[in-house]
Amino acid sequence: MRRLFRNLSIDRNPGWVFILPSLVLIGLLGLPLVALVWRATGKDFFGYVLSPVALSALKLSLLTSTVSVLIALAAGTPLAYILARWNFRGKTALELLIDLPVVLPPSVAGLALLIAFGRQGVFGVWLYKIGISLPFTTAAVVIAQTFVSAPLFVRSAHVGFAGIDKKLEEAAVVEGANEWQVFRFVMFPLAGRALLTGLVLTWTRAMGEFGATILFAGNLEGKTQTMPLAIYLGFERGLGVAIALSVMLVVVSILLLSILRRLERRSSGAAQDI
Amino acid sequence: MKHFALLVLLAAALLSACGPVNAPAPVPTAGLPTTTLIPPTATLEPRTLNVFAAASLTGAFTEIGHNFETANPGVTVALNFAGSQTLGTQITQGALADVFASANHTEMDKLVSGGLVQQDAPRDFLTNKLVVILPSNNPANVQTLQDLSRPGLKLVIAADTVPAGKYARQILANLSQDPSFGADFQTRVLANVVSNENDVKLVVAKVQLGEADAGIVYISDSIAAPQLLTIDIPMNFNVVAKYPIAVLINTPKPALAAGFITYVLSPAGQAILKKWGFTPITP
Repeated sequence: MRRLFRNLSIDRNPGWVFILPSLVLIGLLGLPLVALVWRATGKDFFGYVLSPVALSALKLSLLTSTVSVLIALAAGTPLAYILARWNFRGKTALELLIDLPVVLPPSVAGLALLIAFGRQGVFGVWLYKIGISLPFTTAAVVIAQTFVSAPLFVRSAHVGFAGIDKKLEEAAVVEGANEWQVFRFVMFPLAGRALLTGLVLTWTRAMGEFGATILFAGNLEGKTQTMPLAIYLGFERGLGVAIALSVMLVVVSILLLSILRRLERRSSGAAQDI
Repeated sequence: MKHFALLVLLAAALLSACGPVNAPAPVPTAGLPTTTLIPPTATLEPRTLNVFAAASLTGAFTEIGHNFETANPGVTVALNFAGSQTLGTQITQGALADVFASANHTEMDKLVSGGLVQQDAPRDFLTNKLVVILPSNNPANVQTLQDLSRPGLKLVIAADTVPAGKYARQILANLSQDPSFGADFQTRVLANVVSNENDVKLVVAKVQLGEADAGIVYISDSIAAPQLLTIDIPMNFNVVAKYPIAVLINTPKPALAAGFITYVLSPAGQAILKKWGFTPITP
């Protein structure tokens, strides 16, 4: 262990004061994953992965998280642009509103969604009058996922837009570009990396959504039972499917996170180039 | 939400595993070899009894727990309510429970065959029946059991792993045997299921909120939620749910755990269960 740290340490004395507490945390974070993969490796793994429950959960999770990400992109980009470029009254409150779902427990989100958009909900009653009932539908899954994950995209895009040099924007205006053209040909490409980072974050969060979904959308295989829900119920049905799905989610998350790391490294590299 | 409970449990389990344990000090006793260890007596400090009980017992066991605490100063009854299948899995995976009260025999039998409960330990302490519940404004205008198969109705039941979900499916199968319902009654009703909830109280919640048109739950649940409308399920189609209770083999407090079960089976305990809508097992 000393050997490992020697080159990094200035005084060549790593100090167990730092290493030991770190090991506690590393163990806590790492051991469960090791155990999960350890238990998953067996001849039945692919049988569980290919079981109908697992496959329909996987399909549903991919579909709903993709739609959620697209909604976040379509509605979150203009919102982030407004936040980054305009000044108006109530902007702080709006930013708070957007940050809130990130810290709220998903169960609160689910309950709030149910009370707002449920059939007998505060706003849901109007929807119901025109024949729309959201709870227990795949749309409800998407709404729950968007509610908890889209703010991550808005935050990231906001930072991306805000970081663009104002001079570039002004130059475009001098050249005769209107607001849309400035956005389309200057801001959007320059903030591309931040938007992509936001998309990946949003996607991982949407894929992992559990609490708001089970409360607002319920649990029905093929319709509202996403991977996290199938894991939770599979936990009681027999651990096989639950473990297989968990490993799949871990793998997907690792993939998305490594994409994220690559994006971040490149963007910091680009910043140094300027 | 229940995975929070699991996390808490996990944390509690971890803490109790690494926390200071009363190290059994070797006590030399006359006439015995000096190496004999006397186990730490449980009466020294406040004792906590961990009771894992089916979600349907939430109201009744909360009251029973209070009474048991009052009758036994220094004792705290820590109640963990969830679907019996969740509790069974938690105990199998090492959760520290002293008493397990299940809503069916399936989950209890799993613990018996897993060596966690003694073969002859489980005792039935109440019976329960099922009923159809409707929101107070009855949005789908459900009047009879037959209406449950009407296309487009939003029915919420417990998942097929949950005892209440098993019983509900069994009742639907029973009804399908009757020509007046038709052999495909069960299929048609199950096609109306919009959500399989993880415990019976969640079914009640979805119906109470008016999001579901109907749910199938225990009679005791409907009594705990009096604003709901109900449709009786005739006795010849209904099931009699027998709830077993038992002490876990690994409990460090077998006497206290047995005392709790004795109280549940006593006239006082049974009266509380009756008040909460269950059918007592001892007359």
